[in-house]
Amino acid sequence: MQRLIDRAKELLGSGEVARVLGWRKGENSWDVEPAFFASAEELDGFVYDGFCGANLSKYMIEASKLEGKTLVFLKPCDTYSFNQLIKEHRVDRDKAYIVGVGCKGKLKIENIPAKGILSVEGAGYPDAAEMLTVKTLYGDVQVAYKDAMLERCHVCKGKDHMIFDEQIGESADTLDGDRFAQVAAIEAMSPEEKFAFFQAELSKCIRCNACRNVCPACSCRKCVFDSNKFDSAQKANTTSFEEKMFHIIRAFHVAGRCTDCGECSRVCPQGIPLHLFNRKFIKDINELYGEFQAGADIDARGPLTDFRQDDCEPSIVGKRG
Amino acid sequence: MQRIGVFVCHCGSNIAATVDVKKVVEMALKEQGVVHAEDYPYMCSEAGQSRIGEAIAQKKLTGIVVCSCSPRMHEATFRKAAERYGLNPYMVEIANIREHCSWIHKDMEEATEKATILMRAAVAKVHLNAPLQAGESKVTKRALVIGGGIAGIQTAIDIADAGYKVDIVEKTPSIGGRMSQLDKTFPTLDCSACILTPKMVEAAAHENITIHTYSEVEKVSGFVGNFTVDIRKKARMVDIDKCTGCGVCQEKCPSKKTPNEFNRGLNNRSAIYTPFAQAIPNVPVIDTDACIKFKTGKCGVCQKVCQAGAIDYTQKDEIITENYGAIVVATGFDTIKLDQYGEYAYGQSKDVITSLELERVMNAAGPTKGHLERLSDGKAPKEIVFIQCVGSRCSDDRGKPYCSKICCMYTAKHAMLIRDKYPDTNVTVFYIDVRTPGKNFDEFYRRAVEDYGVNYIKGQVGKVIPQPDGSLLVQGVDLLDQKRIMKKADMVVLATAIEPNPDVRKIATMLTASIDTNNFLTEAHPKLRPVESPTAGVFLSGVCQGPKDIPETVAQAGAAAVKVIGLLAKDKLKTNPCTAKSDELLCNGCSTCANVCPYGAITYETKLINDHGIREDRRVAVVNSALCQGCGACTVACPSGAMDLQGFSNRQILAEVDAICR
Repeated sequence: MQRLIDRAKELLGSGEVARVLGWRKGENSWDVEPAFFASAEELDGFVYDGFCGANLSKYMIEASKLEGKTLVFLKPCDTYSFNQLIKEHRVDRDKAYIVGVGCKGKLKIENIPAKGILSVEGAGYPDAAEMLTVKTLYGDVQVAYKDAMLERCHVCKGKDHMIFDEQIGESADTLDGDRFAQVAAIEAMSPEEKFAFFQAELSKCIRCNACRNVCPACSCRKCVFDSNKFDSAQKANTTSFEEKMFHIIRAFHVAGRCTDCGECSRVCPQGIPLHLFNRKFIKDINELYGEFQAGADIDARGPLTDFRQDDCEPSIVGKRG
Repeated sequence: MQRIGVFVCHCGSNIAATVDVKKVVEMALKEQGVVHAEDYPYMCSEAGQSRIGEAIAQKKLTGIVVCSCSPRMHEATFRKAAERYGLNPYMVEIANIREHCSWIHKDMEEATEKATILMRAAVAKVHLNAPLQAGESKVTKRALVIGGGIAGIQTAIDIADAGYKVDIVEKTPSIGGRMSQLDKTFPTLDCSACILTPKMVEAAAHENITIHTYSEVEKVSGFVGNFTVDIRKKARMVDIDKCTGCGVCQEKCPSKKTPNEFNRGLNNRSAIYTPFAQAIPNVPVIDTDACIKFKTGKCGVCQKVCQAGAIDYTQKDEIITENYGAIVVATGFDTIKLDQYGEYAYGQSKDVITSLELERVMNAAGPTKGHLERLSDGKAPKEIVFIQCVGSRCSDDRGKPYCSKICCMYTAKHAMLIRDKYPDTNVTVFYIDVRTPGKNFDEFYRRAVEDYGVNYIKGQVGKVIPQPDGSLLVQGVDLLDQKRIMKKADMVVLATAIEPNPDVRKIATMLTASIDTNNFLTEAHPKLRPVESPTAGVFLSGVCQGPKDIPETVAQAGAAAVKVIGLLAKDKLKTNPCTAKSDELLCNGCSTCANVCPYGAITYETKLINDHGIREDRRVAVVNSALCQGCGACTVACPSGAMDLQGFSNRQILAEVDAICR
């Protein structure tokens, strides 16, 4: 972590960058939040550890409008989002100084099965321990680091940064899950079972909009759910079906552009596995048009907004259901 | 608030027999904003239109809904009528209660309910309609013909004779197409080359015709009157201006092992070749896959022997860009592959051939110099069996469901020619039906049976089995005599189904022209607009539209030419005002719309935007309404909903859906 702070101070000091976009400690050690740092003094609050799951790419939209360059720390998976935003002309590459930071998997406090947590030790950068020591009101608990990881880290996209100016720190291989296993399980369900599954999950939604606000693909200047030009804005859910509409519309809007960064599920206060919608689209795209990872290649054309002679026919798409 | 008039057409009994039109009128009057509703037997008639005019004037209508046939039929009629009576033509909506309702329902109550719902949807849409103004676009007075067979040649000559420039793009090294491969033509038995060559020469010599052989259409953009086409001129490796066509290069070429496409692979050709003697242009091309110079770097014989110094190994493919007002597709056909028809032993025995191969065998310039002989041992066949409908009229997935239309006639031709030239050769034809509708066609077939003694057996062949002695055992049935037939034959000829040229899918996609399940291009109307594609400015000539023989092809080629001439004769076309429009305040500047736009109508500009007091430079999409064709691709691709289609806005469509679901 100190290396990151030192480098940030160096770049701030030389005037190469006007500000730093990173993470700051919250009330508790695990409540890390994204933050801009404008001076060396402010950087004292900087933190980078296992709880820095937040993807900073989206904040670069606003940072791109500011004077001077912004130093941004991106984990390997965050760089996919950043690339996608460059492609959509939402961030300005020239306004960013990207430090690709190493990542050993990020944690989710809810995944630690302990009550009354006071602090978590072992989540620090650079050498995430195998085990976390969780201090609680009721004594210490040992939890395997892996077991406390975010779902997305089990299906990690890899250790490589897709875009960077410099790299600091090593990344670890955390991939030990099948990215599409859960989607395949849902696909195998009967329509009634599927409906019941999503009914159960989506009825938890409190429409806090956290998923939309955090999503790097949800970067519209004016969201269709906020604009009075569309009937979807401020629409009350009058039926159990309408309850699902927000998430279904959102999934369609980000289809083909979603990098599967998993921020939607990470921030959902209700614990809805929102990434499943996006992953279903990704799975379908992979199967129908060939493997595609949004944000991997800035020049690649997304299959949904590209046309090739050998594209599968709509009848084939239709038959899949 | 709009003042809407609803006009319900009876269409004689077409609508009124199934839909209670009075009830629809009654229901229309209950709709918000509807101040006038009436029914009339024929709304499209002069009298019907003047009733609309009267209502517009008297009730001060601001929008009208006509409940009638498909908008493809009469939308233009009613829009013109509205304009005549002082209403903006884009304030007219059609509720299709004929094709979408009365023609597909039997129960009056149900049909009436559906007609009412469709009327309601149209009324809901008119509420959100806004007057639109059509612009004008210029017409490029030049036509492109894709395909240089008899269809393309005839179309090109007819257009050129009317005084317009025409370009023919032909994929192979010469124009001429399938017809150049044929020996004789039915029903008059004149030599195919003798009647085709003069046409080829005429096209080549015509001052208004430019021929691009060995070329392919690479990219098409634009729209009716203003197409821009990229044409790939493949490298011939021979300078077309220097070559004298002496043919020495082909004689001396040491690589002579490439299957000769023109002779359907029945013999071989050299690596540098002209497909046939009458080729236009009479300039060879180098097949770089076969050429030793290109494969190993050593050889160069053709260059050494060429007196004219025309050989140029450094030639590269060249892409030229041309503008056209109209495009004619004349891509023709090929015979289907017979991989799935193992029972006929095609590929197992050299003496089982397709009819097109027989054409080459019978032709003096063919692999056997016109002698009818077995390709296995060169012996004269004494027993020949023709099998009809190989892959045509097929109910399974192996073949084609349609009748290839030309096979009955060419088989009668082949049978007759063989019996005439080789009277000691027996000819048997197995057929499902003999179909010979056409001028002098049935007489032609009767001659084969009655004057030439061709043995026609109604029945299908189940299997052809090559025998150890080199003959072929044909197992079939005679349906009239109800018995199995085992027949020894020396040669079997398969009347192989024809299918559209495989390239047509690619071309149709480039032109956004629609094709049917068999890859034939579809017409704008199967009866009334048979030579036009539904895509404006694209016309159809020849077999690309459906199986046809030479007389029909030539007739259709002329018809397509007339349609092209009619278009090119205009100086200006009215453009469709239903174009896309971007809401600058919502636009993210993401470029998705520009990526999906097939017409290149969207560009991006950085503009100072005042978004409710926030002033900032933003990258926003700008639509060029002269280029936009209103396809709507951008409106669905736009993630923020900034793009909308005038006349078909998202709000309008949702209002229709809401009205239907009400």
